[in-house]
Amino acid sequence: MRPVGRKITVTVNGEQYVREVEPRLLLADFLRHGLQLFGTHVGCEHGVCGACTILFDGVAQRSCLIFAIQADGAEILTVESLAQSGKLNLLQKAFHEHHGLQCGFCTPGMLMTALELLRENPSPSDQEVRAGISGVLCRCTGYKQIVDSINAAALAIAGAEAAE
Amino acid sequence: MTTMPPASKQAGEKWVGRSVPRREDLRLLTGRGRFIDDFELPQLKHAAILRSPYAHAEIGEIDVHAALELPGVRGVLTGREVAAMSRPFAVGVSPAPKYYASAVERARFVGEPVAVVVADDRYIAEDALELIEVDYRPLPAVVDIEAAMAADAPQLHEECPNNIYSQREFVYGDMESAKKEADRVVTGRFLFPKYGSTPIETYGVIASYDPFADQYEIWSNYQGPMVGHALVAQALGIAENRLRWIIPTDIGGGFGIKTGLYPYIALMAMASKRCGVPVKWIEDRQEHLIASATGTDRLTEMEAYVKSDGTILALKDRAIDNTGGYIRAPEPGCAYRSIGNHTGAYQIRNLEREVLVVGTNKCLTAPNRGYTCQHLYFSLERMMDKVAAELDIDPAEIRLRNFIAADQFPYKTATGGLYDSGDYAAAFRLALQRFDYDNMRQWQKEARAEGRLIGIGLATVVEPSVTNIAYVGLAKSYLERRKEHPKSGSGEAIMVKMDPLGKVHVIAATNPQGQGHDTVISQVVADQLGILPDDVTVSNVLDTHQRLTSITSGSYSSRFSSAGTTAVVLATQRLKEKLFRIAGHLLDAHVESLQNDSHKIFVREQPQRSIEIRHVAGTAHWNQSGLPEDMDVGLYGVGFYNMPTSEPPTEFDQVNSSNTYGFIAEVLMVEIDPETGALQFLKWVSAHDAGTVINPLLFEGQLQGGVAHGIGGAIFEETAYDENGQILTGSFMDYLVPTSMEIPEVDMIHQETPSPLTALGSKGTGEASAMSAPAAIANAVADALRPLGIEVNELPLSPNRIWHWIKDAQSSPSQ
Repeated sequence: MRPVGRKITVTVNGEQYVREVEPRLLLADFLRHGLQLFGTHVGCEHGVCGACTILFDGVAQRSCLIFAIQADGAEILTVESLAQSGKLNLLQKAFHEHHGLQCGFCTPGMLMTALELLRENPSPSDQEVRAGISGVLCRCTGYKQIVDSINAAALAIAGAEAAE
Repeated sequence: MTTMPPASKQAGEKWVGRSVPRREDLRLLTGRGRFIDDFELPQLKHAAILRSPYAHAEIGEIDVHAALELPGVRGVLTGREVAAMSRPFAVGVSPAPKYYASAVERARFVGEPVAVVVADDRYIAEDALELIEVDYRPLPAVVDIEAAMAADAPQLHEECPNNIYSQREFVYGDMESAKKEADRVVTGRFLFPKYGSTPIETYGVIASYDPFADQYEIWSNYQGPMVGHALVAQALGIAENRLRWIIPTDIGGGFGIKTGLYPYIALMAMASKRCGVPVKWIEDRQEHLIASATGTDRLTEMEAYVKSDGTILALKDRAIDNTGGYIRAPEPGCAYRSIGNHTGAYQIRNLEREVLVVGTNKCLTAPNRGYTCQHLYFSLERMMDKVAAELDIDPAEIRLRNFIAADQFPYKTATGGLYDSGDYAAAFRLALQRFDYDNMRQWQKEARAEGRLIGIGLATVVEPSVTNIAYVGLAKSYLERRKEHPKSGSGEAIMVKMDPLGKVHVIAATNPQGQGHDTVISQVVADQLGILPDDVTVSNVLDTHQRLTSITSGSYSSRFSSAGTTAVVLATQRLKEKLFRIAGHLLDAHVESLQNDSHKIFVREQPQRSIEIRHVAGTAHWNQSGLPEDMDVGLYGVGFYNMPTSEPPTEFDQVNSSNTYGFIAEVLMVEIDPETGALQFLKWVSAHDAGTVINPLLFEGQLQGGVAHGIGGAIFEETAYDENGQILTGSFMDYLVPTSMEIPEVDMIHQETPSPLTALGSKGTGEASAMSAPAAIANAVADALRPLGIEVNELPLSPNRIWHWIKDAQSSPSQ
C-alpha cells in the first residue's frame, strides 16, 4: 500500500508552499521533483558527497538525509536564492572569475556550504576554507580554484560591507 | 590565487591565450544547469534495477508476480526478455564472451543487473524490487588476476578458456642485439589497483520507444565515443537512424567512466518498449560504486636491458589486465591504448611485449581518466628509478640521459607513435630548478640522518591525447585484421553560421562535462573573424539526429582542445571564405584583395570600397538570387577535422594510438610518519607542455583536477573485493576520494611547444597528472622507505599499507 501523505508548510527561497508528502519522501526529492527546483543536486544519497547541501533554518544541511516532513515549518534556502535581479552575488561572481567550478554538479552544495562558512568566519585562512568545504566532494577542480574563489569572495564581501 | 590578465574588450585583439571566464558558469552557479535528472517527459515512469548479490551464480526462476501486483508498477524486464529482445554487444575480441545489457542465466559480478522494474515513481519501483524472488545458485568466484588463469579456476565463459579474453605478443626493433649489447638487466613486478573516478553525477538514462515509428529516443549523460550509438543499435537489432540519442548540455563529470554507460541505454530502451511508457533511470551511488565501471587493475612484469652508463636499450614486459565479468567495448583498449607511447619520453628502440586481458568476477571496466597510462607509467617510471638505484646514478640524471632530444621531433616511436613536438629536457630542467632539486637532495640527506623518512619522487611522461580508434585493432593479428574493414580516425565536427544581421552562432556536439568548450569556441571564432567572444553564441548538444556526429564524437582522450578547436577554425574559415566571395561579388572586387575588421569587409588598397558584414549577411539570407551564380544558399561553414596522423595499424603492429603528445614532469617530496604510515606532501612542482594554451584559467583547472585524480589513485582509491568477490567499497564511507584537506599546493609550470598538427598548436591536457602523479608519488614513497629496505611495487599507498610495510621491515631479522 502507498504510504499515507501528510500536509506540510515550508518556505523555500522566501516562497511558502503547502504540499502533501509521503513520510518517506526525501527533502532533496521534494525540492527537485516536488517543487521543480532542480538546482539542488543529488550525488550519493548517503550524506557524504554534500552536493545536496541547502540552508535549513540558516544551517547548512544535507537534504538527502532529511525527510520532507521534517521540513514542516522550516525556512529553506537553495542555490536558486543566491542571484538577485539577474545578477550573481559576490560569492557566485568569485566562483565565476576564479574558475571555481567545472562540471557544476557539486557547485550548489559548495556554494551553500561556503555561504555558511563566510557568514561564520568572514576572513578565513586557506586552511579554514579547506576545512570548511571538506564535507563537499568535487572531482573536477582539485579544490584549488574553489579555495581561491572563496578567498576572493571573502575579500569582496568585506570590501562591499566597508563601502556601505 | 589565480591571476588573470585584464580582459580587454577591444575587438581584433587575440582571445586565444587569454583567461576568459566561462560563459557556462552563469547557468551552473544559479541552479539553471540542465542535467539528465532535471529532464521530464509526459507520462514518464521510473526504473529501478535488481542486481545480483553474488559475484558468480546461476540464475534459475525469477518470480515477478508479486512485484507486478504492487500498485503503481508498470512492468518488469528480466534476463529472459533481454536475451529475446537484443543481441550481445559487439566487442573487438574473438571469440567474444556474450555480454548482454543484463545477466542472462548467470551473473558474473556483484551488482550485475538481473531485472528492471518500471513504476510510477522511483520509490515504488524500489519497493517492487524487494518483491522479486530470484533462484540463485551460487558458484565459486575468482577475483585475482593470476588465479583467474590457473587451471582449476572457476570458468566465467565457455568461449574463453582460462578466463582469457585477449592475448597478443609483439616484438618491435631488434631485441636480440639489444639484449647482447646490454650490460645488465633490471627487473620489476608491479600491481596497479582497480579504481574509478566517481563523477559526482551518476549515470542516467531516459528512454522512449515509439511503436508506431519503431524508433527509440534516448536522453543520457553518456560522454562518448559515439561508437556506443552503433553498439546499442546493433544490440537492439536496428539501424542507427532508428535510435535518436541526445546528450544534455550539462554532464556532471565523466572522467571516462561515463563511456561505460551505454549498456544501460540498451536496457532502458528495452524496458520502455516492453512496458509501453517512457522510462527514466538514475543510478544511485551504491549502484555506481559496485557496478558502473572502473579502470582495469593490472599486473606488470618488466625487464629493462641497460648499459652501464644508464642508456636503456630495450624493454621486455608482460602486462595482464582484468576487465571483470565480461569484456565490453572500448576494451580491450586498456591493453593497447598506450601502445604508441609505450616507451614514454625515452629513446628506447626495442620492445618485447606480451599482453593478456583476463576476466574475474568483478565490476566491468571503462577508460578511467588516463586510460592505463597511469598503469604504464607506474611500471616504467618505477623501473627508471630502479635502474638509477642499481647503477648508482641520480634518478633525474638517468631520465635526462634517455630523453628523446628536442631536435628529434617529429619522433616516431618503436611502436608506431608519432610524437608531434616537444622539448622534454627543457621542461624537466625547469621543474628541477623550481624545485631546487640539488639543494633538496642535500637537505634530504640531513633529514634522513635525523631519522626522518623523506622521499623525492620524479616522473617524466608523455601525455597522449586525441585517440585514434585504430589502436583497438591490435587485439587482432595482422592476418585477422586484413579480413576486416580497416578502422581509424579521430574526427570532430563543428558548424558555424551567420544570421541575417551578421551575428555568429556555433552549432557543436563536442559533449563537454565541464571543460568549458563553449567558452573556448567563442574565443577561437572571435579570433578568426576579428569579433568579440560575446558576439558568438554557442549551442552544444550532442544529438545524433540533429547534429553532425561520427563514431568518434564525444568528449574523451582530451580531444577537444586539439581536434575540436581545429574543426572550429576550419568551419569559421569556410564561413569567412563564403562571406568574402559574396562581398567580392557585391563590391565587384577580387576575393584576394579583400580584408575585414569587426564590422566591414573592404578592398585592402582602397578601404573606401567597403561593405558592412551585416549587409553581406543580409544579402545571403534576404536576396538569395543576388548571390554569385555557382554559390549554395545559406551562410555557414562546416569543419569536420580528422587528424592526418590517424592511420590504421601497420602489418608490423605499429600504430599511432593517439595524435598529439604532450609532456609532464612531476618533481615532488613526501614525508612519511613512521608511527602512523601517513604521507605528507612537502613540496610539489608539476611542469606541463600541452602546446599552445588556449585559456590559462581553464588549463589550470584541468591540471589541478588531474593532480587530485592522481592523488586519489596513488593513495586513496581502490574498488576492493573479498576472496568471494563480495565488494567492500559500496559507499563513499568505504570508497575514499580526496577531499579539500588532502590536496596540497602544487606549483605549476607551463612550457608551450606548439603542435604542428592543430590549427592553434594546442594539444590535449585533460588527463594530465592523473597519468603521472601515481608514479611520482610511488617513487617518492620508495625513496623515503629505501633506508628500511622496503620496495614499492603496488598501490594505493594508504597509511595502513605503509604502516604494515614499516612494521614488517622493523621486525624482519635482516634489519
